[in-house]
Amino acid sequence: MVDVAPDETDEEPRAGALRRGVPVLARYIRTHPGPFAIAVTGSLVFASMAVAGTFVLGDITDHVFTPALKGHRDNHTVMVAVVATILIAAARSVGVVTRRYFAAVTSRRMQVTLRSQIVDRYIVAPLAWLREHPTGELLAHADNDVEVAVEVVNPLPFSLGLISLILFSVVALFLADPILAVIGLTLFPALAFLNRFYTQRVEAPAERVQERVGDVSSVAHESYDGALVVKTLGLEDREVERLRVAAERLRDARIEVGAMRALFEPALDALPNLGIIAILALGGWRVSQGALSEGRLVQVMALFTLLAFPMRVVGFLLEEMPRSSVALRRIDGVLAAPSAPFPAHPVALSPEPLAVEVRGLGFEYVPGEPVLADCSFSIAPGEVVALVGATGSGKSTLCELVAGLVAPGAGTIRLSGVPIEDADPDDRRAAVSLVFQESFLFADTLAENLALGRASSDAVADATRLAQADRFIAHLPAGDATVLGERGVTLSGGQRQRAALARALVRRPRLLLLDDATSAVDPTIEARILAGLRAELATTALIVAHRISTIALADRVLYLRDGRIVANGSHAELLATQPDYAAMVLAYEVSGPPLDRDDDGDDEHEDVA
Amino acid sequence: MTPPDHGAAIDAMADTAGPQAVDELVGLEHSLISVRVALDDDEDVPPEGAVKILRRGLAASPELRVGLRVSLAFAFITAIGRLIVPVLIQLILDHGIVTKAGFDARFTYTACTIGALAIIAFTAMSRITYMRFIRAAEAALANLRVRVFSHIHRLSIAEHTDARKGVLVSRVTSDIETLARFVQWGAMSWILNGTLVILTIMVMLAYSWQLTIVVLVAYSPVVPILRALQRRQLAAYDLTRTRTGELLTELSETVGGAAVIRAYALEGRSRGRLAASIDGVYRAHLKAAKFFAMMFPLGDFFGAVAIAAVTIATAFWGHGWGIDVGKAVAFLFLVNLLLNPVAELSEILDQTQTAIAGWRKVLAVLDVPIEVPEPPDDVARPLPHGALEVAAHHVEFAYRGGDRVLHDVSVTIPAGTHVAIVGETGSGKTTFAKLLCRLADPVSGTVAIGGIDLRSVPAADRRRAIRLVPQDGFLFDTTILDNVRLGRDDATDDDVLAAFVDLGLDGWLARLPDGLQTRVGERGDLLSVGERQLVALARARLADGGLLVLDEATSAVDPETERALSTAMARVSAGRTTVSIAHRLSTAEAADLVLVFADGRLVEQGTHVELAAAGGAYAGLYASWVGNTRTTPQAGLA
Repeated sequence: MVDVAPDETDEEPRAGALRRGVPVLARYIRTHPGPFAIAVTGSLVFASMAVAGTFVLGDITDHVFTPALKGHRDNHTVMVAVVATILIAAARSVGVVTRRYFAAVTSRRMQVTLRSQIVDRYIVAPLAWLREHPTGELLAHADNDVEVAVEVVNPLPFSLGLISLILFSVVALFLADPILAVIGLTLFPALAFLNRFYTQRVEAPAERVQERVGDVSSVAHESYDGALVVKTLGLEDREVERLRVAAERLRDARIEVGAMRALFEPALDALPNLGIIAILALGGWRVSQGALSEGRLVQVMALFTLLAFPMRVVGFLLEEMPRSSVALRRIDGVLAAPSAPFPAHPVALSPEPLAVEVRGLGFEYVPGEPVLADCSFSIAPGEVVALVGATGSGKSTLCELVAGLVAPGAGTIRLSGVPIEDADPDDRRAAVSLVFQESFLFADTLAENLALGRASSDAVADATRLAQADRFIAHLPAGDATVLGERGVTLSGGQRQRAALARALVRRPRLLLLDDATSAVDPTIEARILAGLRAELATTALIVAHRISTIALADRVLYLRDGRIVANGSHAELLATQPDYAAMVLAYEVSGPPLDRDDDGDDEHEDVA
Repeated sequence: MTPPDHGAAIDAMADTAGPQAVDELVGLEHSLISVRVALDDDEDVPPEGAVKILRRGLAASPELRVGLRVSLAFAFITAIGRLIVPVLIQLILDHGIVTKAGFDARFTYTACTIGALAIIAFTAMSRITYMRFIRAAEAALANLRVRVFSHIHRLSIAEHTDARKGVLVSRVTSDIETLARFVQWGAMSWILNGTLVILTIMVMLAYSWQLTIVVLVAYSPVVPILRALQRRQLAAYDLTRTRTGELLTELSETVGGAAVIRAYALEGRSRGRLAASIDGVYRAHLKAAKFFAMMFPLGDFFGAVAIAAVTIATAFWGHGWGIDVGKAVAFLFLVNLLLNPVAELSEILDQTQTAIAGWRKVLAVLDVPIEVPEPPDDVARPLPHGALEVAAHHVEFAYRGGDRVLHDVSVTIPAGTHVAIVGETGSGKTTFAKLLCRLADPVSGTVAIGGIDLRSVPAADRRRAIRLVPQDGFLFDTTILDNVRLGRDDATDDDVLAAFVDLGLDGWLARLPDGLQTRVGERGDLLSVGERQLVALARARLADGGLLVLDEATSAVDPETERALSTAMARVSAGRTTVSIAHRLSTAEAADLVLVFADGRLVEQGTHVELAAAGGAYAGLYASWVGNTRTTPQAGLA
């Protein structure tokens, strides 16, 4: 389930909701006026035909039933009545179908509009902005929020039709008999008021029900997540008690809603019927006075049944408005997200392996908690540098900054002399390849993942060979046409990393950044990969490394601690001069890598789970 | 002519959000449980007929029988309340207004007064019966939920796999919510509308059996047409769900792969794919909207056909059938009462199918046998205190409906020994460790702890003496103190603190923002994996356990926590038998005994030194890893 961001409906005063709701509707209608107009037309056809139907009903009573049952049948009148009944019903049905379908067209097109805008934001917004928001929330904006935001469109044509239905009905009532019309004029507002009152009263308990459904769900989630702990510590009874409390609270809230329903629903059901009885009593007297015919009396009663329920729906649009305007406000929040900056005068980068020069670099995600502070270092073109540091020391952030994915908080980064923010973004992304620890592959064929629609097959072949991915790919059921992901083949962690590395190498980068990109690869294979890179690829490289075997392949080591570069030199120098550096790399050495890591040590029996 | 009445209501409500909308208007409950939850989780649930499920469901929740009786009473009362008006119209037209003596004021006013009083009385009664119904139904649902929840917790750990976790949660949440929605609306609707249709037809028959036949024949085509449309509509809804799922997948790739997309300039690719997905959702929705739009006017239209038929029949034969004006008019209004049930029919059928499916799944969970029963008092034998010997004797194990995962495992671990179990993923080493904690029982063979068959050990003893430190170190969303105290109810704050001090973890605790009162977050996510294991070790320390089973964390633990862990491990295992599922070579090297598992068999056992020299599986494993990590140029420095 996609998490729904907390609903702020309860903070919305009704009048404010209406004030904010109307511009929301206006915006939708302006965006897609055509289908909306057709829907409203359908609704008007329905309203006028519904009222016309009650006239026919009265006429049937007066001109078909009464004379025919006295033995004076006029076949022509009967036929006219029958044809009118069916034609009017057909017109009414066409009106309803038109309204419903085109209301759906309006709202669904609006969904397309909003979704396209939202996903466009997701594509162009800076990485830092995306990371401030949990994935679930971002998905909810494009999924649930969009659904809720446009929901208000659907009842709108019906509501507009309803207003005309009420107007037509009132006119018809007065035409039939002004005195009976007065009963209607008092009854229907009372009904609308009672209904309003009901929905307001039930709102708080209904929200409680929702909260408690959530509570029950959290208890269940947590409890089954911790099943192992619950079992070994014998906490079953305690957990059942926790759920019982939550379930009983939910039950009580539901009963509370039920009590509201039991109080109002029968009353709302009874009121129009009492109104019809009043019409019967008063109408009988009016008929005896000759003020109206039986047929008109029947028509008035039919108008009452016609209007009884729509009165209850009047409040419905108002109900939807706050929900929709809150959802739209959240969407607008997304649409206001910034775009990643584009340089005013983009500068092309050198076609040679790039030099990296970092001066006074600082970065913080949370103000006051620097992840990187005052980092300065240089990497010469073609040099291979290892970046070493404990978990959380800022290695990944440093890689992302150098790749230009995130903008520095302080300091400068230059690539072969060009400030990174001035570099042509397309050129920069062609020249700099960052390979992530979490190798993200698309749910697509492996070939598509490697080439990404651009590279030649020769380049792909070279890259897969260098990344030591060629053999396992050849062993896949459909080779590089194998589809990865959800419904496709799952690769082991090491295979994924090698595929991701190949994808980076395909682009012939001039600066290669490996952020722990071979952590799940068997050390022997990793060594072959790095040796191959050194030998065949003309590139500068910054490699985040843990294993001594990896570090040993680098020309130089940068040691990062708590966001600062504390040492810069060869591995041997650092071992000698930095006791905690030595402790750290040796700690990994002593414990060794996991004995049962999921990667395959041997290409001969690659597992394809 | 048929005034749309409730038909219009359904029409308007359904306008807003599809099948659930009616329910939402009536109940104003926008359920949190998304329809999308648990769509493909009906595995291993035997198909059973709806009637059978209903019968079994009622047996499982006896309170529902009471609810059923009350709801029948409610339905009768409500239906009669609705029939008062058409009957009154007939009476007054025929005997009050259109009489030979002219307007009969006394009859009219008396009848109207009685009618109004009756409506008020029936309204009051329907309130009372409805309340009783809701109380019975909600009590039944709450109890069912607790029973299912409890049953699931008592199932063998084999049922609690990661893959099934979501399914289990949905059994006590969305499945029961589906049922709750059904009880509140769908089931009530069946009973109420069924009663209303029957009573309406009875009143019609009382007026004129000929006209009744005319109405029913004219109106009947609506049912098959509605069913046909509904089937197509359901298929269309399925398509919208599939398409929405595809959009979400595409979208989560865009969000999840944001860094890759930006680093590799893949914006155009993402844009194109997302646009196609968005369009797919749009088309699927419009297709569903088409059927949806056609379904609702059907009842209204055929109602009008019925009225036209009544008009013709009355005009041509009414006189001969003895029909008077009041009865003819009453028919116009009675036809109207048939519209509402038909308009609701397709909604209810849809909801009923979902509810029956949900109920079936819930009942199926209750059918899963509890495979790890606690020993009865006369068989129960307490565990001795102090370090415990572990003996497995020809142990075989298979998960329910699965292949054997352990074959003939026999091993004796002397009390106080530190054992490391190694083997590849899927070798059976974790399963073996679980059997030692009696998270499941062997299919054949025995596991004896401290010389006693585990199946005879009472639950309380088992929990005191055998402690498991799980790999992911799950913690409850509360404080560290509360989490540790779960290990021993009567432990004081000082006891808990002492446990941390004993393990040398007081320094770690001091660095936490609120010490023992630090909240750990959902599942313990505010702590690292290693830190969560520290908490689990403190919990184990608090109890007087004789056997400790430790599942090492596979993911990288930062060096500082790594050191804290190994110190704490050494101290907590002093004086106990310790079985570690080892993921690190260092653990195996330090153990007194190494057990090597492969393909569900115990293939080697011995000390590290013996096994490394023996040239078997362990030696190969060892040589490979040592070769890879220590023969590097700098290895000498290690």
